[in-house]
Amino acid sequence: MTLVLTDDQRMIRDEAARLLSERSSSEAVRKIVDSGAGTDAKLWSALSRELGWCSMAIPEEFGGLGLGATELVLLQEICGQWLACVPFWSTACVATPLLLAAASEEAKQRLLPAIAVGDLTIAVAWGALGEINPLAVCTVNAAKVDGGYSLHGHVSQVVDLPFADLVLVPALLDGVLSLFAVRRDAGLHIEPLTSMDATRPIGAARFDALELPPESRIDGDGLTSDAVEAALALAQLCFAAEQAGAARGVMDVTLAYVAERVQFGRAIASFQAIKHRCARLEVDIAEVRALIYGAAANFSADDAGELRLEASGARALASELLFRAAEEAIQLHGGVGFTWEYDPQLYFKRAQATTAILAQPEGHFCMIADALLGEASA
Amino acid sequence: MNTESNSALRSEIAEWMATHLTGRFEALRFRGNSGDGDALPELRKEWERELARGRWTCPGWPEDMGGRGLSVAEQVVFQEEYGRAGGPGRMGHIGEGLIGPTLIAFGTEEQKQRFLPKIRSGEEFWCQGYSEPSAGSDLANIRTRARKDPVTGEWIVSGQKVWTSLAHLSDWIFVLARCDEGSVGRNGLIFLLLPLDQHGVEIQPIRQIGGSAEFNSVFFEGARARAEHVVGAPGEGWKIAMALLGFERGISTLGQQMSFAQELELIIEIARENGAGRSPIIRQRIARAWVGLRAMRYLAMRVLADDPSGDMRREVLGYKYHWSNWHRDLGKLAMDVLGLEANIVSNDPRRERLQQLFLFSRADTIYGGTNEIQLNLIAEQGLGMPREPRGTLG
Ligand SMILES: Cc1cc2nc3c(=O)[nH]c(=O)nc-3n(C[C@H](O)[C@H](O)[C@H](O)COP(=O)(O)OP(=O)(O)OC[C@H]3O[C@@H](n4cnc5c(N)ncnc54)[C@H](O)[C@@H]3O)c2cc1C
Repeated sequence: MTLVLTDDQRMIRDEAARLLSERSSSEAVRKIVDSGAGTDAKLWSALSRELGWCSMAIPEEFGGLGLGATELVLLQEICGQWLACVPFWSTACVATPLLLAAASEEAKQRLLPAIAVGDLTIAVAWGALGEINPLAVCTVNAAKVDGGYSLHGHVSQVVDLPFADLVLVPALLDGVLSLFAVRRDAGLHIEPLTSMDATRPIGAARFDALELPPESRIDGDGLTSDAVEAALALAQLCFAAEQAGAARGVMDVTLAYVAERVQFGRAIASFQAIKHRCARLEVDIAEVRALIYGAAANFSADDAGELRLEASGARALASELLFRAAEEAIQLHGGVGFTWEYDPQLYFKRAQATTAILAQPEGHFCMIADALLGEASA
Repeated sequence: MNTESNSALRSEIAEWMATHLTGRFEALRFRGNSGDGDALPELRKEWERELARGRWTCPGWPEDMGGRGLSVAEQVVFQEEYGRAGGPGRMGHIGEGLIGPTLIAFGTEEQKQRFLPKIRSGEEFWCQGYSEPSAGSDLANIRTRARKDPVTGEWIVSGQKVWTSLAHLSDWIFVLARCDEGSVGRNGLIFLLLPLDQHGVEIQPIRQIGGSAEFNSVFFEGARARAEHVVGAPGEGWKIAMALLGFERGISTLGQQMSFAQELELIIEIARENGAGRSPIIRQRIARAWVGLRAMRYLAMRVLADDPSGDMRREVLGYKYHWSNWHRDLGKLAMDVLGLEANIVSNDPRRERLQQLFLFSRADTIYGGTNEIQLNLIAEQGLGMPREPRGTLG
């Protein structure tokens, strides 16, 4: 196992970084924020259709490039760094691994090639978005009816829902957790919500006895396999990569500012209090990135194993890191750090919003402790 | 580091350790690590000779220098297996890991002939004479003087070194001294090799936090180094001294995770036994330690990979800060898991090991560049922030 990127991986990364530095600049992100859309449709189209980002980790048999976890975390990191307003994580890092892990062969054939070419943007309507295992709660029930299924229930927050073409919905069917794919135009009620982090849209989904054809049930055999666990761990890991990237992004903003700002006749970057705080963040970035890339290199789609713990560890550290990087950015900018005009606020909101998704650090540490020490109640 | 090609080496070392760290050497298991450096010194010197007979001293040295020519990754495997087996702190570390590689890189043929074989065989032990009362973090502020004897060509040394680990158990010392009268800072320094057993050298042990005395003050009053025992040219001392530190930041720290992992396992074991593991806060701290150790392992692999693209340059700079602070926190966690028991000194080996961890890990963030110096380095070299201004107090 080597943790050095291959030339191809480096090329993917550099190309992505070059593109997003232009297309997801501060001005571009602010346009999306001001518009209230939360998604940059043009940028997303470029990434998903022209550059094939969604095909990265889809096996070749389904029209993808057959690359792996390392490519996903690379791209996620850069998305985070530039706060790219695109549903890449939802589509490529959550929905796609979930489909690969749990969908029937027929459903894979139907959906994955469309994702690979950028024709399908997908959101997943988890019942427990705030938990490590987002399947721990299910608020949607399915029933067999003539000519297919009927879905009933409500999911209060679905990331990227307002922009998705298709929603994957875990639902209880006769007590068994199953997976449904619901097209946006199938009569699903989407209630857009206003997110504090305006760089990523969130919506609520309501299913009022929504009638669906038989092929809308897409799981092969429920949602409880090791492969589903591995898919969830991968989603966590990719989210951690986004957070680590955002930490790098906001730190770069801070470093540029402290190098310019002069007080007491010197650049404030020369004050040791400031140098040390930046250096501390740098150490923490290195720590999280090492964990993310190490775990990605070990990733296996069949068995979460230790990856589950490492991904949770990465999430816990990345949430803490990003929040600290963002709050330090505000502090080290002084008054302008408190303004709408300067960028720290964008990262600060992203920091808090991502922390709450798929469990806060305490939850991840709890899970790891359970694995190391046995359950707490024992 | 767990690659296929290494597994043969791994088991060879494990087997060697299992068959040799036995009998009278049994007492050495887990002893003599940093901070515990004066534990069982004579037996540990014998252990060095035992290692030498197995050709396990200096395995990273080139074969024509008496080593095995192991790659960096293989040396880490050695460190890991050595640590896993409870191999004692290496009396020969300063010779093998610091002055040896420095002589291989910069020494004359005669110096190599004279010194390397005895380092490898465990016959001669070395200590490092850098720090002085006025030169700690500010190492270039060296005051110890070296003056050339016009008749013999020898260097006559006067001054004081401090915190010199294992000086009282060593045969030789390498000393950074000022050879150009009136020079300041990095200029005018010389790198000398001196035998400790001579007139004009006085060694005073300094008792440290754990009660033992691993380090010393070394006083020089007209002590002599032979003319041919200068490494590099007079005036080039700083360059040599820095190159030596480059060797120090390498391999020995990369292999230590195995013993870190054992320490964490021990803490988990005790937390399960004594009920501390039911506290939600302790559980969070243990989980955090586990995550930090995982990250450290991958960080070490990144350091090792020595990526030619330079992608990881910034991250590699933070490695020392990361491991030393992680280890220090682990020491505190160990005590908090032991609770009241930690307050009582006993010879229960598990408790003793954790109490030592608690006390000795305090040194991790001081030697080899303090935390603050590390952060300066990361900020300046990694992040391109302005350098610290120098004061005028000398
Ligand atoms: C267990 C142990 C073994 C050692 N063994 C050896 C040995 O074998 N040989 C040897 O030569 N030395 C040895 N040392 C010495 C070690 O290298 C020094 O202690 C270290 O370099 C710090 O120097 P100092 O003790 O003089 O502290 P100082 O430099 O006086 O530092 C005191 C405090 O000031 C801070 N400080 C200093 N400069 C700055 C700055 N520019 N910015 C911000 N903060 C600053 C430091 O971080 C520290 O917190 C050993 C030390 C220990 C603890």
